[in-house]
Amino acid sequence: MPTFYENKQLVTPGDLLAEGNYVAGENAYKEDGKIYSTQLGLVDYEERRVHVVALRAFYIPYIEDTIIGKVVDVGFSGWMLDINAPYLAMLRASDVLDRPFKPQKNDLFSIFNIGDLIIAKVVAYNRTRDPLLTVGEPSLGKITRGQIVEVTPTKIPRLIGRQGSMISMLKRETGCHITLGQNGLVLVSGKTLEDERLAIMAIRKIDQEAHTSGLTDRVTKMIQKEKGGVKHAQKDN
Amino acid sequence: MPRKTTKKLIDKNGIRADGRKLDELRPIKIEAGVIRNADGSAYIEQGKNKILVGVYGPKEVHPKHLTLLDRALLRCRYHMAPFSVDERKRPAPSRREQELSKVITWAIEPSIFLEHFPRTCIDVFIEVLQANGGTRCAGITAASVALADAGIPMRDLVAACAAGKVEGHLVLDLMDVEDKMGEADLPLALMPNLNAITLLQMDGGLTTDEFEQVVNLALTGCKQIHTLQKEALKARYIAVKKAVEKQ
Repeated sequence: MPTFYENKQLVTPGDLLAEGNYVAGENAYKEDGKIYSTQLGLVDYEERRVHVVALRAFYIPYIEDTIIGKVVDVGFSGWMLDINAPYLAMLRASDVLDRPFKPQKNDLFSIFNIGDLIIAKVVAYNRTRDPLLTVGEPSLGKITRGQIVEVTPTKIPRLIGRQGSMISMLKRETGCHITLGQNGLVLVSGKTLEDERLAIMAIRKIDQEAHTSGLTDRVTKMIQKEKGGVKHAQKDN
Repeated sequence: MPRKTTKKLIDKNGIRADGRKLDELRPIKIEAGVIRNADGSAYIEQGKNKILVGVYGPKEVHPKHLTLLDRALLRCRYHMAPFSVDERKRPAPSRREQELSKVITWAIEPSIFLEHFPRTCIDVFIEVLQANGGTRCAGITAASVALADAGIPMRDLVAACAAGKVEGHLVLDLMDVEDKMGEADLPLALMPNLNAITLLQMDGGLTTDEFEQVVNLALTGCKQIHTLQKEALKARYIAVKKAVEKQ
């Protein structure tokens, strides 16, 4: 059962990753006992599973994912949200109002208007049906403050880090509240614009350098250096 | 144009008008991710050909009635800029461009997992900025890189290259004059890892023996181009990695 690359090596679509008794995981497929990559990414050999961590990808909804969406249409019984995926997502009015919903009485525009950004969770999705969202949980709902950064959706796990090391470091060092949408949108809200700017800078760096090692340390260093710089600038004023 | 007085396309040493050997490709430069607003993009220079490709999608289909319920719709548009050729080309899509758009769509279609994204479409825009023969092949090559750059799952990259017969010699990667003055031209697209041909056209006449040789010649060309495609896709990430390691 030969493998043809080292762990974490860069591969392109169509590259032969392994032969024989392996199972094709994410971004890989099997044909005639051979496993090929389907994406540009980093190959990952586990016991029997071979998968590729994509470097360029778009978001595909998964049930239970927390996502950030933008209202693009208000209908009679709910809202349509752009969730950065190939499909528009539906948010039903009955879900938001949690009481019998009457189209004559309730003005949906006054709840969520077009252009509003919403943190929601995917409750239902398969390939024959557009994703269905819910906001019926604490911490979900309309976004009222903060800034949005866009990253490649596949790099969200890198942004979280091993057991949340990266994200907890980011929160600690910048003092910002950070909400990760699995669809690649990240909400950053801090006490000052300066804090937010710092967090956004760090997130952009992580997005850019996701495929390198020792990233957490480098980002920590960058933030600390920047923080020093900011303090210095304030002194000058 | 007085073509009779032009010098021979291939001299007695087997060197072509632009100094290439018979089985030599034109110098090729491929770059991925050149357009910020597109989901994926690529730029290719193959000799004097200059082609820019942008990929959008998967996204909802417009107009809606074209939606396919079991797979994604792939639409390619091959277009030549008015300034891409010696005499101004009218910018409206010509009969030739429409045909090439179709042919390119068919050449790329088998490489993509379209069935993973039903009810969506993937748009590929191939814009020829400068043409000097073999643009359909260069277009396919670049389009495949752009699709990979967009993060669309693919069975394999598609590399394309032409071969043909000029003044009795079998040659690789024909340029404009060789295509026009030569006896035969055979564009071919290949998925190199799967060893599957996705496009095979022929213009002109060849004996069966010659045909086989020309196909093999084109296949070697495709394989060379394939390595360049892979390098182009990796280049950006390797550059970032190197910059990081330097620190």
